[in-house]
Amino acid sequence: MLRKVVTGADALVRSLEEENVEYVFGYPGVAIAPFFNSMLDSKIHTVLVRHEQCAGHAASGYTRASGKPGVAAVTSGPGATNLITGIATAFADSIPMVCITGQVDSRLMGSDVFQEADISGACESFVKFSYIVRRASDIPRVVKEAFHIANTGRKGPVLIDIPHDVLMDRVAGFAYPVSVNLRTYKPTVEGHPVQIKRVIRELSRAKRPIICTGGGVHLSGAEAQVRAFAEKHGIPCVSTMMGLGSLPSEHPLFYGMVGNNGQKCGNRAMNEADVILMVGARVADRSISQPDLITENKVLIHIDVDPAEIGKNAGPTIPLVGDIRHVFDEFNAKELKVDYSEWLAWLDKYRAEVKAESEKRLAQGIADRKVRASRDYVDPRLFIRSLSLAMEEDAIYIADVGQNQIWSCANAVIRKGRFMTSGGMGTMGYSVPAAMGARLGAPDRQVVAVCGDGAFQMTMMELSTMDQYEVPVKIVVIRNYVLGMVRQHQHFAYHDRHAVTDMSTTPDLDKLAQAYHVGYMRLDSNEGMEETIRAFLDEEGTSILEVFVDPDDLC
Amino acid sequence: MQKKKVFQLLVDNTTGVLSRVAGLFSRRGYNIESISAGVTADPRITRITVVTSGDDDILEQIEKQVAKLVDVRDIHELKPEESVYRELAMIKVKADVSQRDNVITLANIFRGNVIDVSEESLLIEATGNSGKIDALLRLLSGYEILELARTGVAGLGRGTKNIIMINPDGQTYRYADGEPED
Repeated sequence: MLRKVVTGADALVRSLEEENVEYVFGYPGVAIAPFFNSMLDSKIHTVLVRHEQCAGHAASGYTRASGKPGVAAVTSGPGATNLITGIATAFADSIPMVCITGQVDSRLMGSDVFQEADISGACESFVKFSYIVRRASDIPRVVKEAFHIANTGRKGPVLIDIPHDVLMDRVAGFAYPVSVNLRTYKPTVEGHPVQIKRVIRELSRAKRPIICTGGGVHLSGAEAQVRAFAEKHGIPCVSTMMGLGSLPSEHPLFYGMVGNNGQKCGNRAMNEADVILMVGARVADRSISQPDLITENKVLIHIDVDPAEIGKNAGPTIPLVGDIRHVFDEFNAKELKVDYSEWLAWLDKYRAEVKAESEKRLAQGIADRKVRASRDYVDPRLFIRSLSLAMEEDAIYIADVGQNQIWSCANAVIRKGRFMTSGGMGTMGYSVPAAMGARLGAPDRQVVAVCGDGAFQMTMMELSTMDQYEVPVKIVVIRNYVLGMVRQHQHFAYHDRHAVTDMSTTPDLDKLAQAYHVGYMRLDSNEGMEETIRAFLDEEGTSILEVFVDPDDLC
Repeated sequence: MQKKKVFQLLVDNTTGVLSRVAGLFSRRGYNIESISAGVTADPRITRITVVTSGDDDILEQIEKQVAKLVDVRDIHELKPEESVYRELAMIKVKADVSQRDNVITLANIFRGNVIDVSEESLLIEATGNSGKIDALLRLLSGYEILELARTGVAGLGRGTKNIIMINPDGQTYRYADGEPED
């Protein structure tokens, strides 16, 4: 039986129940205490993270794995400011979530009292919307609206800041609104029929079209629709980093990731194409370094739910505003007779050449390193490929930020699973807490986080949370005792002057794993790689695999 | 090429809405030449007039990014040929008895009013488009201007073509199209 709603805090908990929230990732404090007090009587689980930033990443990981907006709740002041990186990371990747912050009593707001921070002001530029709740009776409406805003249109985090007295205030009953009444907020979901016809006409004229998928394809849940369209007409696909996995990595129509960290084949395919369908991608600096060029001699069709993204970085020939799933349902229903087999044959030939060349280099590289290094190292490319192939088919692969991310993008084979990473913000330390959230959001799926030894140390305290709540996550720490990505940048841009990238005295991960009651394994060389990966993935519970790579290795 | 544009925004009259709009301009590096805000005849709605400048791409982005703010109901350009702009300026000029008449004459030419007089100063109130205010200030520059307050541009479209109304349910509609049935 549902508990009686007496206070604002009760109303908040009941509202979350109405939204079918399963988990609240949070950290208590005086200002948010009434909320957690009411949570004790709820069926919603709380997860006490060890740092508020991780509440944000865990909620975001939960969202990406489950498709439902994750929830984080923290206290005022430092609790709220610690959460900011989690919010900003989610915002940069358009991940819907609802963040609740306690606030000092309303009558004290603005007077710089203990643990007061203007969190809605501080988060202004990286939330989709924020509320400061002034009346307890507003709570059900605010929560209803927050979930709606977060999870529709261009998705993103919404902040709800609630003063302590509002949580404590008595309310007269509880009624959860059936619908939202937001007059100013009406995202365009259905693509304009005229624009859809223009796209189809353009494709019927195209000789070398390409579909470039971005994170929007996942956010819309349009993977199947996009794939069906590509397969039906034989249209080759590439993806941005955020779009990885929208087609399986080894799908014959998938030609790789684009961008300055992308693959040769993917970029060449983009360059050779005459019609580009940019789908749920921002045409951002990392994927398209010269946006002016992709509109030169090319037809750019830009499909996005956010009209402000269309034309921001490159002026499209055909803009099409709408939700990708709806738009591709329309595409799939349209007559289109095309034959791009010549183009596909050209791409396949090129891909085979690139593959042969890279395999040769890989073999050569391993041989080189064996001679040069005093000890053997693991080849990260080979390792990541083997790891991803040994993972369950629908496993979730979470890459952190740094060299590990680039190696992951290029080498992880994604089949029916998901690839997640902090693409927009590039937040180090994302993978471990996100993996925890993802596993809770998809309890039947294997979740593997891959991070460097730098990023790992930013959020490794969450091992304790995983231990406490028995969340089994596999964590690979690519160990090189340096901040590899920056060091690589120093190699190219600063003539190997390695300023503050040395981490030679990092903790003994074996002992650390023991301290946190999680498993530990290590891999020093390519020898025994398959067996070690197998044993690591088969081990019950959370475990760490420490993989030693050459600090001079480049991604 | 840099162009100047006047945008009219209709926004929900909520706390922080002006700071959300202004904050968006500053963090994305858009220009604000002037901004003025005030509640409309409908107390739920505030009208903001922003004078901004940029190239075509920037101006398009401004319109789209502002439209995306959740509490913005409408943004559209007030095109010069279809709109009326006004600005109010209060100009305190140093003028003793011997100079007073000359200053008042200038003010009269610009249909300005003298709203305060002291032994050594005159306070002139003038309204008009920004060009007119600038011209008056240029002419007064021969005298010492002690204080100046300008309100920024407020504007409205001419006629009834582009009027945005809000019905009692809070739905936005075009006056010319009539109130929606729904």
